[in-house]
Amino acid sequence: MDRAQFQKLYRDYERGRIDRRTFLQVSGLGVAAAVIAACTPGGGAASKPPVDPNADWKPPTGVGLGDTLNMTTWPNYHDQATLDKFTSLTGVSVALTIFGSNEEMLAQLQAGSTGWDVLVPTNYTFETYGKLKLLEALDLTKIPNFDAARYEAKFLEPAHYPAGSKDLYGISKDWGTTGYVVNTKEATAPMTSWKDFFDMAQGDLSGKVMIHDYQLTSIGNALKYHGYSFNSVDPNELAKAEELLLAVKPHLFAISSDYQPPMRAGDAWVAMAWTGDGVQLNRDIPEIEYVIGSEGGEIWSDFYAVVAGAAHRDAAYAFLDYMAVPKVMAADAGFHGYPIVDSAGIALLPEDFKNNPIIYPDAALLSPLEFGAAVTLTDQNRADLWNRVKSA
Amino acid sequence: MVTALLLVPATAWYLLLLVVPLGILIVFSVGTRSDVGGYTPGFTFQNYLDLPTRWPSFQNTLTLALIGTILCAVVAYPLAYYLATRAGQKRTVLLVLVILPFWTSFLIRTYAWLQILGSNGIPAFLEALGVDPKPVLLNNRGTVLLGIVYNYLPLMVFPLYVSLDRLDKRLLEASKDLGANRVRTFLQVTLPLTAPGLISGALLVFIPMMGEYIIPSILGGGKVYFVGNALVDLFLQSRNWPLGSAAAIGLIALVIVTVAVYLRLTRVRGGRDVSLI
Repeated sequence: MDRAQFQKLYRDYERGRIDRRTFLQVSGLGVAAAVIAACTPGGGAASKPPVDPNADWKPPTGVGLGDTLNMTTWPNYHDQATLDKFTSLTGVSVALTIFGSNEEMLAQLQAGSTGWDVLVPTNYTFETYGKLKLLEALDLTKIPNFDAARYEAKFLEPAHYPAGSKDLYGISKDWGTTGYVVNTKEATAPMTSWKDFFDMAQGDLSGKVMIHDYQLTSIGNALKYHGYSFNSVDPNELAKAEELLLAVKPHLFAISSDYQPPMRAGDAWVAMAWTGDGVQLNRDIPEIEYVIGSEGGEIWSDFYAVVAGAAHRDAAYAFLDYMAVPKVMAADAGFHGYPIVDSAGIALLPEDFKNNPIIYPDAALLSPLEFGAAVTLTDQNRADLWNRVKSA
Repeated sequence: MVTALLLVPATAWYLLLLVVPLGILIVFSVGTRSDVGGYTPGFTFQNYLDLPTRWPSFQNTLTLALIGTILCAVVAYPLAYYLATRAGQKRTVLLVLVILPFWTSFLIRTYAWLQILGSNGIPAFLEALGVDPKPVLLNNRGTVLLGIVYNYLPLMVFPLYVSLDRLDKRLLEASKDLGANRVRTFLQVTLPLTAPGLISGALLVFIPMMGEYIIPSILGGGKVYFVGNALVDLFLQSRNWPLGSAAAIGLIALVIVTVAVYLRLTRVRGGRDVSLI
């Protein structure tokens, strides 16, 4: 059965055209689930079990998970098959809310009553979320498949609040960089740096370049042009970045974080981009290449977190545990194209994924990159600067 | 008693969805932004004093909404005139055609323009005809103007059509009998008598255009900035709710002032009261 057939079947099941039994039989999931159930040792494991890379996930026993889970996340970030499988194993369907920036997620959480259960925040948000008590400190006994020993420390570090404490507010989903995509068939001159990016945008490539509609990355990369820190909140350095952005603005094709459609259509030739979009564009249109600015820029990591006061808290923990299974996360990565952190998950990735330089770039390119800082997200001067650039 | 009951739903509606939010907006607009963004209670007029820094977006909105309204009128008047006086039996079909676009989602119609004006649409066609360099039709003020005129046109056509349809044709004959030519009849009889339709049509398109957000964000590519876009950015990206609230009140004030001036001017010229219906 291919994916389209499965999806049709699943939709029929959802709409009640066929019953659960038929669905499981026809899709083969019932058999698979039964086999898995028969093969895995029963009972709640008290101590952390050793990792079996081929192990499937088993829902927690004795807990009512309900039938819904609300997850708030980013575009093109989850394989529907991964979510569907969770649904078939637990009966919990996952409803996605898609956002464009951490600021917008934060604004909604501050306003309250979102009804969200699972959130996919980025590294620099935890300090703010922790301070505002918007997320809950994870109860790791409910996530038995997660084992911090398999995670490179620098990727988990940001999720501890207060910094350095034992309380963990998120488990790694994946990580990536912020660079730019170039359609090398149209933009033929070699581009390697943020200097190239902003100079070409005002020169030969005028009218063909896009920057994010996101202060953190657009200001950060303009700061890199001048050699400053991606996270600078120094008024003089920000003034220089503003000057550059105002000069570039009339030459831009657009200011938008939805750059895949114009890159695919050929309306834009160069666009500020995140790793996974680079992978997805490059997979479909090989002449679109992904560049990490040689001056540096941003490295980031995203997490799964549980929203404080989540209505479907048990389902949320079950989902985090499901995504902590190496096999599950490796399969999901195959779709979204972002590098994962879990060493057991990485071991399961296909060779061409592990060797893809967009996904796992050279160490030399990674070393100058900076993680975004909490203040970079919330600083009023940066917020005002971005507003002025956009309204100019 | 029954009369009072009849008013309950509308009163509750306006209290809950107009008066209360407006009150919240006013309270927020005199507060301050907290360190991490959002709202902290306070009492300051600083946010209003900061509004001039957002003037470009107000100016842009006002300019494009005014030009958009005028373009709507220019396109809609001849069409409505034709429908009311010349269309004959085709009238019903043509009227349906005017509303037809409303059968599809506003968002989809706007995205459709993205395809039509994008690189693979009209520019590709022009390139094939030998236009060099290939023109860029997206993400400028003209595109946004096209988008708003296209979307709001029917709201202008209908009030005009109604007033032209109701026009007492005997007055036109009288004008002719008294020796006026066609142009003079139009300017002195038809136009003044259909002014109420024109005025209400203009209000129906101008006010929503002032609050427009979707069209500039889809067809303007983040470069053509309306107050609506500034509000979204202030509330969501910058999370400066107090300044956002002040800007929202500024927009309401700008609309009220513009409409008041407009009604004042048209009343002086038309010499008659305007009904919005």
